[in-house]
Amino acid sequence: MKAVIVQFPGTNRERDIAHAIEVAAGAAPQFVWHAETSLPACDLIVLPGGFSYGDYLRVGAIAAHAPIMADIVKKANDGVAVLGVCNGFQILTEIGLLPGVLMRNADMTFVCRDVHLRVETTDSVFTRAYRRRQVITVPVAHHDGNYFADETTLDALEADNRVAFRYCDTNGAIDPASNPNGSQRAIAGILGENRNVLGMMPHPENLIEMALGGTDGLGLFEGLAQAAA
Amino acid sequence: MTEITPQLVADHGLTPDEYQKILDLIGRTPTLTELGIFSAMWNEHCSYKSSKKWLRTLPTDGPQVIQGPGENAGVVDIGDGLAVVFKMESHNHPSFIEPYQGAATGVGGILRDVFTMGARPVAALNALRFGSPDHEKTRHLVAGVVSGIGGYGNSFGVPTVGGEVNFHPRYNGNILVNAMAVGIARADEIFYAKATGVGNPVVYLGSKTGRDGVGGATMASAEFDDRIEEKRPTVQVGDPFSEKLLLEACLELMASDSVIAIQDMGAAGLTCSAVEMGAKGDLGVALDLGKVPCREDGMTAYEMMLSESQERMLMVLKPDKRVEAEAIFTKWGLDFAVVGETTDTLRFVVDHGGQTVANLPIKELGDEAPEYDRPFTEPPVREALAAEDVEAPDALDDALLKILGAPDMCSRRWVWEQYDHIIQGNTLVRPGGDAAVIRIDGTEKALALTVDVTPRYCEADPFEGGKQAVAEACRNLWATGATPLAITDNLNFGNPERPDIMGQFVAAVRGVGEASRVLSAPVVSGNVSLYNETNGQAILPTPAIGAVGLIKDVAAHATIAFKDNSDAILVIGAPPTGHLGQSIYLREILGREDGPPPPVDLDAEKRAGAFVADLIQRGRVNACHDVSDGGLVVALAEMAIAGDVGAICELPDDGLPPHAALFGEDQARYVVTTPPVRVDSIIARAEADGLFAAWLGTVGGERLTVEGHLSISVARLRETHERWFPAYMAGSGSE
Repeated sequence: MKAVIVQFPGTNRERDIAHAIEVAAGAAPQFVWHAETSLPACDLIVLPGGFSYGDYLRVGAIAAHAPIMADIVKKANDGVAVLGVCNGFQILTEIGLLPGVLMRNADMTFVCRDVHLRVETTDSVFTRAYRRRQVITVPVAHHDGNYFADETTLDALEADNRVAFRYCDTNGAIDPASNPNGSQRAIAGILGENRNVLGMMPHPENLIEMALGGTDGLGLFEGLAQAAA
Repeated sequence: MTEITPQLVADHGLTPDEYQKILDLIGRTPTLTELGIFSAMWNEHCSYKSSKKWLRTLPTDGPQVIQGPGENAGVVDIGDGLAVVFKMESHNHPSFIEPYQGAATGVGGILRDVFTMGARPVAALNALRFGSPDHEKTRHLVAGVVSGIGGYGNSFGVPTVGGEVNFHPRYNGNILVNAMAVGIARADEIFYAKATGVGNPVVYLGSKTGRDGVGGATMASAEFDDRIEEKRPTVQVGDPFSEKLLLEACLELMASDSVIAIQDMGAAGLTCSAVEMGAKGDLGVALDLGKVPCREDGMTAYEMMLSESQERMLMVLKPDKRVEAEAIFTKWGLDFAVVGETTDTLRFVVDHGGQTVANLPIKELGDEAPEYDRPFTEPPVREALAAEDVEAPDALDDALLKILGAPDMCSRRWVWEQYDHIIQGNTLVRPGGDAAVIRIDGTEKALALTVDVTPRYCEADPFEGGKQAVAEACRNLWATGATPLAITDNLNFGNPERPDIMGQFVAAVRGVGEASRVLSAPVVSGNVSLYNETNGQAILPTPAIGAVGLIKDVAAHATIAFKDNSDAILVIGAPPTGHLGQSIYLREILGREDGPPPPVDLDAEKRAGAFVADLIQRGRVNACHDVSDGGLVVALAEMAIAGDVGAICELPDDGLPPHAALFGEDQARYVVTTPPVRVDSIIARAEADGLFAAWLGTVGGERLTVEGHLSISVARLRETHERWFPAYMAGSGSE
């Protein structure tokens, strides 16, 4: 799998996700600076976590206007897989590749903890290695992960089976106590219309080996590697 | 030109004697800018004038030490061609005035100290002390400081993996925010502040200079009073985004072999950094302030020299690398300006608008700073407190629950969940245990990291308290299987001009020094924060110790969580005496803060620590936790909560009253768990090493039971332990 990781000034989880991709796919991804205007041919484009441009304006808003963005949108529309994690998810909503918006967490504080996610669909290159309704453990680390969209949009996402992950308890039940940020309908990650774009707040790249507390995040990268093989 | 009046001198925090020294040194009346420069260099914060005499007594050497105190941070060899670079520093006064920005810039400053030396920061820790929970400002200060630390570290991209939070009324008017940063560098690619070569460009890097923080270091060297709100403009504003760019740009530049010397602009910004680079290299420095990138129009030389705007660096570059270096900084969108050059005059010359506004002898600015041998009184000795003279509680299980839920003892989850503690993907042991453990990329090794001090012990006996701070920090390292490498100290005290406070300082430094020597953990960096007083009320003496240990085999480290059912539970270390003086039990259950703190037997600490770390490294134990605040039963409860499994224990038949055996805070002790088959050999080996070791019980079930004394479900222990902090911060908790 040839993966490309886009770096903005303020991106800070690019090494974490590069490591996860290398572990799963056996090949190191290539980094591309935000000021570039075109991406190399690739199977996967990653928008990693961080605080692009400091996120002093609305999160992801400035990154959406970076020079590299036009080519990302073009390649996404051409069918290349695009993964946006945390700040990457925020950026994907800002450029319109995904609907909705990520607001400040409901309790207004940054939250870093392991959460449980229920895999809602296996019909995507990102989730194909999991089982439907499988409960996986993945950490979150964000200040603005409160997913919001209007009811029509949410209904459409569900009707199209485009909710990829929901926050849940250890048994897969959806309840407010398991929702770390107040996201509507406990949404943790969603797919684009063509199912080749995934935005998610949790960090699968940070739980890929037992030494760190679990391996549930690895499946996402293994699924991508298998799909590209 | 501004007339230099006695009032102006006093406003700069300089005494008449110190001003006379300036006059003698330069043979004329200083300009206003020069007065500002002297004030910046000679204040307590920068010059250590009250503490230097005693800091010299600290052990700073060891075969592992690459760089001790005196540079931006300490540097210690960890093998594989790598070094760990670390330091802790206070940001107390700014954080009390403006908690979010004060704490944020404290983190920013200490991160800069670490990457200035060529190290990539891999972990951050902090030690926080707040006033009483029922003080009107406390909740606001906790919320602001925690979110400021998180706001900076999370955005910068360093995991904040450990720390301490305490409450005590003596911090009501003067909180403590001590931030520690740890980085990894190539051992043969460390960068220093010492300039070399005449005529080399002095380059300004990073953010622009504004009027923020003018006079901050002088403010940090004075006591507080009720007009403190007026000092708000002296607090700087942090920009973690710029700092992250500065980190990446600096590391890229350092890899290009362009840098001769580098110094971050921290306290007293441009002044301190330029003077230190020149003075360390026996060179003069000439600056042209017209070239300094400014955020605001019309800044005076005085303001530029004293600004504490954040995220700035000063470098001396190799002249032929200038174009290459500038390209790197342009790529990262940072300012890059040649603002001066090194000279052979040994003068610090500052030009602005075609005029020379300062022309001072550079060596004397640093070396001739006043140094005081302040008078001190020996701290009074507290009368012994026998266990028999301390009442038993009505019910031991109620006492345990009350202690586990107390503000100083309850879970700090509310705090550390606001810190990104997993970024970089190396956090093997997350916050909440004895020490955090982070893996070192590209090796089979890991670092154990902790920050510790017990201020109530230091108040009762600063010497024993100083020893205890180092011993407990090392104990937390050993308890993960690490070997202590070195420590950094952040010495927070009141007004050193008061002999009783100076007496606390001297005794605590002696204690820290003795423990550091015996435990082979030299002091490689540190910071002194004095004048922590408000309206004449000093803080508890608080010599916070940050400690770094090395785990040679990353696979062999321990956590506090009980694991396998039927594991045997042992207590190992110094023999128990049931010491209740200054204990948590005494304070939380009986409302008393008397007696001496537990004495620290450093030889026993060293033997017990080495023994336990060796057990862990050889894979002999499944869990390990040191015994500290709250005693043996609190250690057991924390292990049960962490593992979500109970235990059935018995108290050894040692004649101690049960409440002294359970809550006594005797030092140099650990609880370990091990498969039953190993019990006899471990006890035999411990005894052969001159240690006390006893079987306590068995892991298993859903309750923590001490036969005949207490039995509480693990669920209830957890609920009690987790309740206070979030409830208090939501404003609904009991205060």
